[in-house]
Amino acid sequence: MWILRINMTDRSYRLEELPEAYKNLAGRSLTSTIIHDEVPPTCHPLGPNNKLVFSPGFVTGTAAPTSARISAGAKSPLTGTIKESNAGSEWPQALASMRIRALVVEGQPQEKGKFWMALLSWDKAAGKPAVTFAPADEYVGLTTQAAYNQLFGRFGNRVSIAGIGVAGERLYGNSGIVFQDIKRRATRYSGRGGLGAVMGSKGLKYIVINREGAPGVQLANAALFEEGRRKMTEALRTHSITKPKGSLNTYGTAVLINVMNEAGGLPTRNFSSGRFEGAPNISGEAIFEGNKQRLGKELYNHPCSPGCIIECSNTWHKPDGSEHASCVEYESSWALGADCGIGDLDDVAELVRLCNEYGLDTIETGTTLAVAMEAGLAPFGDGKKAIELVHEMGKGTPIGRILGSGTETAARVLGVRRSPTVKGQSMPAYEPRAVKGIGITYATSTMGADHTAGYTIAPEILSVGGKADPLSPEGKAELSRAFQATTAFIDSTGHCLFIVFVILDIPSGFQGMVDEVNGVLGTQYTADDVVKLGMEILRKERAFNEAAGFTRSHDRLPEFMKHEPLPPHNTVYDVPDAALDAVFGQM
Amino acid sequence: MKVRVRLYATLVDLVPPSIRAQTPEMRAARPFELEVPEGSTLAHLIEQLALPRAEIKAIFVNGRVCPLDHLLQPGDEIGIFPPVGGG
Repeated sequence: MWILRINMTDRSYRLEELPEAYKNLAGRSLTSTIIHDEVPPTCHPLGPNNKLVFSPGFVTGTAAPTSARISAGAKSPLTGTIKESNAGSEWPQALASMRIRALVVEGQPQEKGKFWMALLSWDKAAGKPAVTFAPADEYVGLTTQAAYNQLFGRFGNRVSIAGIGVAGERLYGNSGIVFQDIKRRATRYSGRGGLGAVMGSKGLKYIVINREGAPGVQLANAALFEEGRRKMTEALRTHSITKPKGSLNTYGTAVLINVMNEAGGLPTRNFSSGRFEGAPNISGEAIFEGNKQRLGKELYNHPCSPGCIIECSNTWHKPDGSEHASCVEYESSWALGADCGIGDLDDVAELVRLCNEYGLDTIETGTTLAVAMEAGLAPFGDGKKAIELVHEMGKGTPIGRILGSGTETAARVLGVRRSPTVKGQSMPAYEPRAVKGIGITYATSTMGADHTAGYTIAPEILSVGGKADPLSPEGKAELSRAFQATTAFIDSTGHCLFIVFVILDIPSGFQGMVDEVNGVLGTQYTADDVVKLGMEILRKERAFNEAAGFTRSHDRLPEFMKHEPLPPHNTVYDVPDAALDAVFGQM
Repeated sequence: MKVRVRLYATLVDLVPPSIRAQTPEMRAARPFELEVPEGSTLAHLIEQLALPRAEIKAIFVNGRVCPLDHLLQPGDEIGIFPPVGGG
């Protein structure tokens, strides 16, 4: 197993044997450990001392279902904290097949404004990966799909690509790293935290992997792995949320629009209401029905990456039946829809498409547009004006650059007090005043406001993994802590986080995950170790953040949520600071 | 008395055609009015729509999850969900 280091100062690379201490780390546990061990916490995120780390999970590249996940990590230019942003693509499978546990991008070129690509291939004679570098300036300024099409033309359809769009080139705080989906669309994002800018700051435009001849992932205990894989597959195939033609496969993640709206927790018009009258029009049900009408047949969703059996990625189609955008996720439909007061699915789809083409995070873009609307740059609900503003970001005009800096910066520049951010990152699609537990995750996560860091929505809204009253703060600190720790482990396995819905309800599925990991590593972890291992990851991440200057006072929600009651429940955020501090108080 | 009901995701398809015929405005995620007897509970409402209980994961009344023995009031807004997940 290797750690591959790419140095962008002189475009050189170095292969290192995976150190003994890192043997049982992968995915988020490895990206966060390397950042903790090697990146000076006070460094500038866009300077030469920051490092961008990619790591596939433990089971990524194996036959484990729904496991083509990559963790991308660095010190975030959006938050100043440690960051792990997770995406699904065949790219991490290609990396894992070369037995590369981590790819670390280091240094910074002297040349200003120049970009390169790193080309990874398997050196058969030497029996190890090899890297060459090539100029990438000809792709600068292109939209992501146009550039990816050219790259596939140049290197063949079997390569896997990670890259940045114009947002990353321009070092926007809101810029993601894009990976290809199963049909070579440039649409799968490590979107959150501005990691595209970190890649851009290193003059690295693409990492192209040709996996031909690579040996594949080694299993320490193939029989145990197989047993785990079978349990996990069985669980995913039977649970109503993840089974074929189940809710994710039929309606996609946007099936949550209506349930969050019903619960009064769908943030609307820059977090001024928990209900949006246009919600049914931008929901998963509307996407399914609209496609059916426009295509004349039912369209079920597709996998984002090879080996996914949940298959929740959708496409939205124009009136003439041609494809408009992929993927209209819950978060995207909410951020670019409800939070901007936009209830037109065609406008939302166009905004999603533009975010993908320019290399922007859809969540941060939507919440920034909403702040801009509150500042009067456009009326709430004006989809066409919102589209124009995203084009400004793509063009890099002065207002476009301000909006590209992310929600908190835009709010400050535009004089908007209601900035729905924690540690500089905007909140996703769940209102903390209506769902108290998720607010604790937003406040205390090592990542800034992030729902995936500890998805208490499962018990609070979806009645998955138990039931908890969303409006009550009781017991939520413990709930959030348990979810955050478990999630840190799942983010290391290489499985998509959506296995959570299944393993919380089906114990054999949970055991399947543990068996798979033991099968790959040769470890003897038990189900009880999962939270412990997760806490270990959180401890390192919090230590990094603390050394970077973050204190308890940063583990807070924005002040307006404490005194502005949110309709329809007219509740404020009433979780006491002491409860927030208790989440990791024992650490 | 009248209440307003929304059935989400797959649930509309599970209502028997004979009952759907009585409320033609019943579509996924769209509200429809339903006449229920005084003193009805959520359990009665589920029976009236002939919805299979095993397919129901959560029922909201006026934005709050309520148990099946919850007593309905005139004008209540009810949202019924099968198991859903996302993120």
